[in-house]
Amino acid sequence: MSVYQNNEVKEEETSRTLSLIVDNQPGTLARVIGLFSGRGYNIESLNVTEVDQKRNLSRISLVTRGTSMTIEQIKSQLLRIVPVRIVRDLTLEGPFIKSELALVKLVVEGANRVEALRIAGTFRARTLDVTLSSFIFELTGKPTKLDAFIDLMRSLGDTEISRTGVSAISRGNKTETKLLDQIQVN
Amino acid sequence: MDDKDLISGAEAVINALVENGVEVIFGYPGGAVLPLYDAIFQNKSLKHILVRHEQAAVHAAEGYARSTGKVGCVLVTSGPGATNAITGLTDALMDSIPVVCLSGQVPTHLIGTDAFQEADTTGISRPCTKHNYLVKNADLLCDVIHEAFDIASTGRPGPVLVDLPKDIQLTKIKYKQKSNKLQKMKPKPLSIDTQVISEVANLLINAKKPIIYGGGGLINSGPQASTLITQLVDLVDSPVTLTLMGLGAVPSNHKNFLGMLGMHGTYEANLAMHHCDVMINVGARFDDRVTGRLNAFSPNSKKIHIDIDKSSINKVVSVDYGIVGDCSEILKLLVEELKKLHNQKQIASKKSWWSQIDEWRKKDSLGFKQFGSAIKPQQAIKSLYQKTMNFDTYITTEVGQHQMWAAQYFGFSKPNHWMTSGGLGTMGYGLPSSVGVQIAHPKSLVIDISGEASFLMNMQELSTIVQYKLPVKIFILNNQWMGMVRQWQELNHGSRYSESYTESLPDFVLLAESFGIKGLRVEEFDKLESAIDEMISHKGPVIADIRVVKEENCFPMIPSGAAHNEMILGIDDKKNNTSEAGLALV
Ligand SMILES: Cc1ncc(C[n+]2csc(CCOP(=O)(O)OP(=O)(O)O)c2C)c(N)n1
Ligand SMILES: [Mg+2]
Repeated sequence: MSVYQNNEVKEEETSRTLSLIVDNQPGTLARVIGLFSGRGYNIESLNVTEVDQKRNLSRISLVTRGTSMTIEQIKSQLLRIVPVRIVRDLTLEGPFIKSELALVKLVVEGANRVEALRIAGTFRARTLDVTLSSFIFELTGKPTKLDAFIDLMRSLGDTEISRTGVSAISRGNKTETKLLDQIQVN
Repeated sequence: MDDKDLISGAEAVINALVENGVEVIFGYPGGAVLPLYDAIFQNKSLKHILVRHEQAAVHAAEGYARSTGKVGCVLVTSGPGATNAITGLTDALMDSIPVVCLSGQVPTHLIGTDAFQEADTTGISRPCTKHNYLVKNADLLCDVIHEAFDIASTGRPGPVLVDLPKDIQLTKIKYKQKSNKLQKMKPKPLSIDTQVISEVANLLINAKKPIIYGGGGLINSGPQASTLITQLVDLVDSPVTLTLMGLGAVPSNHKNFLGMLGMHGTYEANLAMHHCDVMINVGARFDDRVTGRLNAFSPNSKKIHIDIDKSSINKVVSVDYGIVGDCSEILKLLVEELKKLHNQKQIASKKSWWSQIDEWRKKDSLGFKQFGSAIKPQQAIKSLYQKTMNFDTYITTEVGQHQMWAAQYFGFSKPNHWMTSGGLGTMGYGLPSSVGVQIAHPKSLVIDISGEASFLMNMQELSTIVQYKLPVKIFILNNQWMGMVRQWQELNHGSRYSESYTESLPDFVLLAESFGIKGLRVEEFDKLESAIDEMISHKGPVIADIRVVKEENCFPMIPSGAAHNEMILGIDDKKNNTSEAGLALV
């Protein structure tokens, strides 16, 4: 165990959005998550799905927090994982889009039903399910927007929330295609 | 496809091992690996060494790898076989030793059913391997084995585990040779920036108080790295110090060598680290055993760090120049650049630096007094070194005071001759490791410098040593204490010696004899040298029970939580007060 004294110079921790391309195989996600728990980094949001069937690759969008030294560590530690092919630091690269989807079930009766629908309308949430005593709304957008919507819904009644975690992509015409082309198809 | 082209998965695995250059495999059988053992039985070009515990199989493979530069290979059964190997795998990960471990697994259709001797081996070993595989598709088997060897041996080396379900071992497949397509794509490491090399060379040339600090990466990079670092030392006329893992990279008798640095490093090495103006770290990782208290670590130096693993750079110490790459490649560029500069420029005088260092050297921090008939452990190592320096001697150690004394008093002149558990600090490493070393170097003198407590942790390997007629010498510094624990209790816990006395020790001579091994016991100083002679000249294995002064402490020492310049030279040193924060450190 290496136990170091806390560094005295304290740098502000900031939130960073990382985008990884990894082999879609058992164990990859476990290694990524194990790295964060084993080394004491935190994951604020994580989202993973296959994005390239031909090459069998998944994208992990990951939001973490730390000082720049910690973030540099996280990135190079991630690259040590064999099935992690590409690590991009979207926060550092430039403008990027961060989006998330939430499903919000609200149990509500009486006058508050109208209020719920009005708020949903304002947020441009879609109504996916309706019963006489409940709604299910679907909302996409920035995490902060989702937070605000969920807070309002909570004040109207009992809720159940499911969120996907942030999915992220850089703005502009730059793509990873060239890098991906170097990855062999097995 | 013709049926006669088909072989069993197990045979394919063994063929793949042979194709990857494996000559020796260390293992222990069981139900889930019987097909593999059957294939080994029928294969003439692979030698299997039967250890007596799976942990020992991995340490033996580590010793083999560390002393040859090749990949060590291990075979264990499922469940308890695999879990027993975990300590060894962690050890190999911490010290960056290339090992491929094959484990048996229950057949694929039983995975997840809590079958007999089923364990989630890939799950358990994930954090203690560089990479691991569970092979569920026999068609991928050959590729996986080939890839495992590439991963274990390239970049920063480390252990790779391949979990092999029994049905996969029995499936008939066509053998697939290793293709020479490159390892799976990663963004290429940045090519080395020549601008940086030239800046670093200039820094070194102009440094008034430089220090070169080398580590295990020099050993992993191959013998040429050791030659190059020595050239660098000569070109800069800089003092050089090595970590525990780096010993041997620069010959210990080199006039610029300051000895090991760190917690039990020499006074001159640690103070030179503290006061230097330029520090170049080659293949070491600023381990906490080396840096001492970080906020007081080498406060006034420009720091350069060369490491093959980008994550080592700026991990705990921020540096001015981080260069990612193989030590040898970078040292070569640096040495060339320095030679060029030498022709153009005056190299900064280091006269006052060297006279400062000579002052520190005068403290004689490794000095001790052998008096009376009781043997000082330091003296035992010193005598052992003097008696063996003209042989091709390989040293392995266990963990504790004896390990530190070995590092301090044994001189290493070449790389790959020193095998010790640095990162994990695994008691019980040395004996099995010596098995692997002796297998790789049957003609050489292999000595396990041991402590009596550590020896008990893997002493079942005596049986392996006897079976394969390995002339390993086990040199036990027997102080009847878990000496290093006792020392910390003395320094930090008011001499309350809680559970650190090694009760009920066996009679090591009788123990040796029960295995048919020669046993020696030495209690008096004037018999020490003749006993060492007797040990060395004996053809077979020997256990030498060296009874040393029991309460000797290992000095000098940077107390935990202290800085390099706060190191203590002995128990009476007035600075000897471990800080509150230091008490929490390991
Ligand atoms: C497997 C393991 N368990 C516990 C420790 C903690 N530990 C470090 S040194 C030591 C005592 C070693 O005693 P011995 O082998 O007699 O060596 P000495 O220090 O006396 O030379 C212990 C218990 C360890 N390093 N490894
Ligand atoms: Mg002891």
